[in-house]
Amino acid sequence: MLPRIFSLATLIVVWAVAAALAQSRLLPDPLTVGRATLAEIRSGELPFQMACTLGRVIGSFAIAMLLGTIAGYAMGRSKATDRFADSWLIVLINMPALVVIIFAYIWIGLNETAAILAVAINKLPNVVVVVREGARALDPEIDEMAKAFQFTAFKRLRHVVIPQLAPYLAASSRSGLSIVWKIVLVVELIGRPNGVGFVLGSAFSLFDMARILSYAICFILLMLVIESFLVQPLERRANRWRRRPA
Amino acid sequence: MNDAQTAGDAAPLELRIDAKRFLSSDGTAVEVVRNLELRLEAGSFGALIGPSGCGKTTILKIAAGLDADFQGRLRTPGAGRLGIVFQEPRLLPWRTVEDNIRLALPADQANVDLADLFGTLGLGSHLARYPGELSLGLARRAAIARAFAIRPDFLLLDEPFVSLDEAVAIRLRNELVALTTATRVTTLLVTHDLAEAVQLADRLFFLSDRPAQILFEKTLPPPRGTRSKDLVTEISEEMRAQVAQAVARSGQS
Ligand SMILES: Nc1ncnc2c1ncn2[C@@H]1O[C@H](COP(=O)(O)OP(=O)(O)O)[C@@H](O)[C@H]1O
Ligand SMILES: [Mg+2]
Repeated sequence: MLPRIFSLATLIVVWAVAAALAQSRLLPDPLTVGRATLAEIRSGELPFQMACTLGRVIGSFAIAMLLGTIAGYAMGRSKATDRFADSWLIVLINMPALVVIIFAYIWIGLNETAAILAVAINKLPNVVVVVREGARALDPEIDEMAKAFQFTAFKRLRHVVIPQLAPYLAASSRSGLSIVWKIVLVVELIGRPNGVGFVLGSAFSLFDMARILSYAICFILLMLVIESFLVQPLERRANRWRRRPA
Repeated sequence: MNDAQTAGDAAPLELRIDAKRFLSSDGTAVEVVRNLELRLEAGSFGALIGPSGCGKTTILKIAAGLDADFQGRLRTPGAGRLGIVFQEPRLLPWRTVEDNIRLALPADQANVDLADLFGTLGLGSHLARYPGELSLGLARRAAIARAFAIRPDFLLLDEPFVSLDEAVAIRLRNELVALTTATRVTTLLVTHDLAEAVQLADRLFFLSDRPAQILFEKTLPPPRGTRSKDLVTEISEEMRAQVAQAVARSGQS
């Protein structure tokens, strides 16, 4: 923890020095940004815009994880499914995020559904690839045991499949969260009337650097908080059984 | 190719394997079992004895209904439940010992009292541990407990006592005798240890080298499980001689 605080403090000092040297409206110093942030929080503007973005992040993330897990599992377990869907996957992987976003807005309309779907589809192939790997690595001996003892489908899913997929799900959640929020900002910039991406877009046209920096920093902080207070504890819980006696 | 079915209560185990082949890595078919016929009366304890790699595990999995890819016919005893102890403990590493055992139970029995069983198998103080923390002996005992917890009508055991401390193995064999006598479950034990088979079983099936066939079978007089060490040695010697003869005969023909 301490080295991390030290490294962040250094970063802020470097920023302050650079700002002092530049003396430019285009690089405000940390104090100015801090004051701007406080004002934005007090007015309720920043919490509102962050909540809009966070809602989209959660929505697209959930859809991508759910669909990606189902598709990845199916492809990992069945060779025929894999052969069939693999080329779709390759197309999706190589599709530029922007193209997906534009298609979604054109075909579905400039609305919330299109925004969330566009982000989910961008994240989807990564989940599929990772979960497929996990499904291929499922232990056949344990499968056989579950069959012999007549595990119900639910029991198999909960006690056999998910614990084995957990490390793969955790890996794709981690990379997923950061990919998703970055794409959500683009989606908001292009076609939403609110959210951090929208604010950044209007601040850009006004060259309002203090605003851009305060939103960017607050959102990074929020994602760090989610990562360390939600994702990491969940991961630790899923890996409890790995502890070994000293 | 085969028709598997479950007979009514207290039916014998009837298994006929005309042929069982595996594809080896170079794509050629390897015949592992050929013309094997096996019948085990309800409530009796059979032992399949054969050298390593002859196809014992393969036969056991077919008997368990886990491998339907064979030519022949399977009829399992009872409408009821199968308990199986695999050659490896096959516990879920991410569940505790107790959860592993209870997960094998049907949902409406998941909370039945298993204290006696845990006590018999010496698991009482290990129930909250994870399989990764157990010695092989303890993991084996947990796997045996899992097979017994469901009160099976049909019990399959694949070399359950191999690579255990002899003292532990002796205790577990005695526990197995106690558990199978109390419930009269139809049991099929796979082993390459002749003395173990003679001590535990009332029906012996001797297997040839691959492809496995039954060389000959032998019914031992009751009571099983309580045979003295001398008697076990005596019967084992006799069996060894008969196996040698049978091998010689099959070699000539
Ligand atoms: N899934 C499999 N694929 C190919 N060969 C197998 C497979 N399972 C077993 N065999 C082969 O079948 C033979 C019998 O195996 P097994 O039934 O495990 O013997 P045993 O239990 O008597 O030691 C061995 O030669 C083994 O290599
Ligand atoms: Mg074997």
